[in-house]
Amino acid sequence: MLAYLIRRLFAAAVMLVVIVMVVFGIFFLIPKWAGVDIALSFVGKQADPAAVEGVREKLGLGDPIYAQVWEFFKGIFAGRTYTGGGDSIHCAAPCFGYSFRSEQAVWPTLTDRFPVTLALALGAAVLWLIFGVSAGVLSALKRGSLWDRGAMVIALSGVSLPIYFTGMLALSVFVYGLDLFDGQFVPLEDSFSGWFGGMILPWVTLAFLYAAMYARITRATMLEILGEDYIRTARAKGLKEQTVIGKHAMRSTMTPLLTMLGMDLGALIGGAILTETAFSLPGLGQAVLNAIKNQDLPVILGVTLITSLAVLVANLVVDILYAVIDPRVRLA
Amino acid sequence: MSDDEKAVKIPAQADGPTEQGATLTEDAAPGEVLLKVTGLQKHFPIKKGLLQRQVGAVHAVDGIDFEVRSGETLGVVGESGCGKSTMGRLITRLLEPTAGKIEFQGKDITHLGVSGMRPLRRDVQMIFQDPYSSLNPRHTIGTIVGAPFKLQGVEPEGGIKKEVQRLLSVVGLNPEHYNRYPHEFSGGQRQRIGIARALALNPRLVVADEPVSALDVSIQAQVVNLLDDLQQELGLTYVIIAHDLSVVRHVSDRIAVMYLGKIVELADRDLLYKSPMHPYTKALMSAVPIPDPRRKNAKSERILLKGDVPSPISPPSGCRFHTRCWKATEVCKTTEPPLIELRPGQQVACHHPENFADQAPQDTVLLTVAKEAAELVADEVLAESAETSAALAAEVAETASEPTASTEAEAEADEAAESAEAVEPAEPAKVEVAEPVEPVTPAKAEAAEAAVAEAAEAAGAAESAKAAKGESAESAESAASAEATDAAGSEGQESNGK
Amino acid sequence: MTELSKSGAAVGEPTPASPAPTAFLEVRDLKVHFPTDDGLVKSVDGLSFQLEKGKTLGIVGESGSGKSVTSLGIMGLHTAGQYGKRKAQISGEIWLDGTELLSADPDHVRKLRGREMAMIFQDPLSALHPYYTIGQQIVEAYRIHHDVDKKTAKRRAVEMLDRVGIPQPDKRVDSYPHEFSGGMRQRAMIAMSLVNNPELLIADEPTTALDVTVQAQILDLIRDLQKEFGSAVIVITHDLGVVAELADDILVMYGGRCVERGPADKVFYEPRHPYTWGLLGSMPRLDRDQQERLIPVKGSPPSLINIPSGCAFNPRCPYADLPKDNVTRTVRPELSEVGSRHWAACHLGAEQRERIWTEEIAPKL
Repeated sequence: MLAYLIRRLFAAAVMLVVIVMVVFGIFFLIPKWAGVDIALSFVGKQADPAAVEGVREKLGLGDPIYAQVWEFFKGIFAGRTYTGGGDSIHCAAPCFGYSFRSEQAVWPTLTDRFPVTLALALGAAVLWLIFGVSAGVLSALKRGSLWDRGAMVIALSGVSLPIYFTGMLALSVFVYGLDLFDGQFVPLEDSFSGWFGGMILPWVTLAFLYAAMYARITRATMLEILGEDYIRTARAKGLKEQTVIGKHAMRSTMTPLLTMLGMDLGALIGGAILTETAFSLPGLGQAVLNAIKNQDLPVILGVTLITSLAVLVANLVVDILYAVIDPRVRLA
Repeated sequence: MSDDEKAVKIPAQADGPTEQGATLTEDAAPGEVLLKVTGLQKHFPIKKGLLQRQVGAVHAVDGIDFEVRSGETLGVVGESGCGKSTMGRLITRLLEPTAGKIEFQGKDITHLGVSGMRPLRRDVQMIFQDPYSSLNPRHTIGTIVGAPFKLQGVEPEGGIKKEVQRLLSVVGLNPEHYNRYPHEFSGGQRQRIGIARALALNPRLVVADEPVSALDVSIQAQVVNLLDDLQQELGLTYVIIAHDLSVVRHVSDRIAVMYLGKIVELADRDLLYKSPMHPYTKALMSAVPIPDPRRKNAKSERILLKGDVPSPISPPSGCRFHTRCWKATEVCKTTEPPLIELRPGQQVACHHPENFADQAPQDTVLLTVAKEAAELVADEVLAESAETSAALAAEVAETASEPTASTEAEAEADEAAESAEAVEPAEPAKVEVAEPVEPVTPAKAEAAEAAVAEAAEAAGAAESAKAAKGESAESAESAASAEATDAAGSEGQESNGK
Repeated sequence: MTELSKSGAAVGEPTPASPAPTAFLEVRDLKVHFPTDDGLVKSVDGLSFQLEKGKTLGIVGESGSGKSVTSLGIMGLHTAGQYGKRKAQISGEIWLDGTELLSADPDHVRKLRGREMAMIFQDPLSALHPYYTIGQQIVEAYRIHHDVDKKTAKRRAVEMLDRVGIPQPDKRVDSYPHEFSGGMRQRAMIAMSLVNNPELLIADEPTTALDVTVQAQILDLIRDLQKEFGSAVIVITHDLGVVAELADDILVMYGGRCVERGPADKVFYEPRHPYTWGLLGSMPRLDRDQQERLIPVKGSPPSLINIPSGCAFNPRCPYADLPKDNVTRTVRPELSEVGSRHWAACHLGAEQRERIWTEEIAPKL
């Protein structure tokens, strides 16, 4: 188990380096080959030539590539100082870039947005796991019943309806129609109940989509597991049906769900753009949207990096949990 | 449906596909070597870690030699993991060998590429184990059986359809079922379809990997009989790979027994089953449950092997069977026994064969593992095996000129010399007993009994001698062995004796 | 055709509301049917037998003969893995030590499972849960039926592993199934099934997935354990060699019904059903001289949805035309006594069968 852990951590570290390099490549090398002036795109459209030259110097675009990569990489862990064009700007670690347009480091602008997205993703995950998995298990156990068919029809609609549709529907029914919730985002520091009230609709909307997917996967996996020989063995021992399902079958059903969860959470942490837009949540997704609108390249770069790292961390956690559940994985 | 077990009628071969496609080489006359395999190896690398470094290899097939003669059936038996299926895939060149040489009709085919193999695919065909997964469910029987013609670009006289229907009737299926799909057939019928497909291009050699093991008993017999009939009618050569010893005995002329990637014994069927020489062969055969309730309590004849087959990733040193053998001695651990023909038609790789003279008689101290293994073997079996070996030794001692006792040996080495003398004469047996061994006659049995007593004494003596084995004992031993070798008049012995 | 099969089904013996039997295990007119889209699969269609403690019954048959479903029916596991509305239908009586299982409270039957009756399955790799250690699985089996703490149960597990011949049981108890070899897994499976000293052990193809040398070890172990525990054993197999090794009595199944039942010796030496002859003739044997040619049974086993009317074996039987009036194709033969404790279900006359066996079949085997 320890060897497995070390191997996975090592692999994650390698992946981290690779991700940073790839992101660097996408933002600095590809435009360069394509003949785009990187400094210009970092400054923005209406920039005077002097500012562009300053940025070019600050980013060290004239330096050899390995030096640029190193500075970029170092910035994330140790911070970096942009010098050139007559002034010098320090960007503290973790430095995910500096927006020359808004004249501030990218990371601090994201730090108050990150918790919003994290809360949205985690809260929704709890909901979709509870409802999706139990609906899937029930459907499997009552295959062919009215419940099963009903649940699967709902699941199908959940998968196929776009978030902005369900989101708007929820808003118009619960906020504008029934006036149950405020519909406004309130920071957690200000008021817990306000925050909770503002988050509940985004959670439910986002969870609805994922619960539908998880219910379908759970049902299919469960049905397959229930046909396994070791489930028959468990029954032959004289175990109660609840134990057979709840212990023996559930543990096996969890493995594919876990893999999905790692992927989904990682991706969501990078910003649930649609949900955040629909409910005007000040999360990472909204930041990206604004950055794209304003062509604020450093912010896009910063969010891209954070998203990749979130996926990486989520996968690492899943890998470890995987080994806890399935002993065979530890050997591989 | 005509999969009834009526005698299979083979329609005229005259307009068979052979006439059209010019065959690779001339037909081999019956008894000629069709396939020759030397030193064949297949190692599957095990890769680990991020960089996929090779950390080891599964020694699936680890240096085997054999020949398949035209018109015969070579059976290959062994337990799972012995490499028999890998061997089948190597000789049909579905796998690339790691080392060694495969010659088909005198042509080296070891490293032929896909295009180089194409003409050969006509002559070498394979039948697979699972009749459910080896047929494409979306293709009709006609397409499946006719596929080889299309692949090879052969247009049989009268068209593919007519030829396919002929083949279907050859294997006992209704030709009308040309347009049906595999799922409409039972397991036995699907295996017949697989056979029809293999026969389409009139191959010379058919390699069948577990052709009947997925079938029910009553269906097994149908397919076994069909293979039999086809061989007689079409003069096919078979290599039949199976784990079921009774099926293999029924279908084969010669049988190779594999253990951990090696052939441990290769012999004519009757010799192998009547007097197996390799202890593994013996154990394997004794393990087969006998369908006779009156022999239920004849448990004493069964040799139970200890534990499991070791991993083919790091096979045991020396003789690979030494970790489970009840006869294993030091030499088995250190030296790998070569596969040699001890009796005409019976090749064995063993230092201490059953039903034959010991190949390493000076080595009498059992390994501890062997002692443990022997506890599982009934006394009767041990006694019987000792008796047959001793009888042979005695027989040989009678006929061969008595080697003069090594009187020159030093006084301290007396005991050792005695043991060497008692056991050593067995050595020439390998050369002397050229004709098939006769069953032990009563007169000889008496001599045998005496010999057993002697051998037992000798064993005890050897044990103590081994402990005190100084230079003197060694010299005495080598003197005796040198003399024995002289008597035998064979140089080959020497290396074996040491 | 349909009509005939219907009338054939109606011929089944009526079930008398008879008192509890004296035998340890008695199965009376057991029927297990599975409704499917294609029709009703009559896996077991009227099976009766008795078994005493300390004795072994071998159930022999080809795939689809109903032998495995019989064992699942006895264990009450025939519906296992079946979710949804189409449940298996079971009828008849199963008396285990004075209790009728089919009419008993399901929770009571569940408590008997694992304690009074246990089962060994064909493929030990898939029959053991891959995520739990061997020890955890045996401990669980023990603690369902015994109110002991985990430590005591684990000690019991180690003891059982030792008994079935697993080396270093105190270490191996913490291994996972994938860390065991095939033979070791089957030993662990046997240890698990015997941990509660069951009175009835059902072994469903216990050695089919194993190599022949390992099979010999396992058969040996089962035989020894039965002597030690004195339980009743049902061995289900397609391998006549395995039944001959283990069984006192043999029951030959074909198309969901028993075609012949009797002491092992009788079934092997004086078989009285053409299907049994067929099985004996199809099998190459190591203990005899080389047969010239095997004598297979023609055709394939019947579909259980559409079992031939009359005698289920009639389309494959070489003697189907001997009895008069086409009776083999219209009337389902019932088991009739052909010797002491020996029954066969065949329309051929007793003398006729004896003659065919001794003159035509036996000499060719």
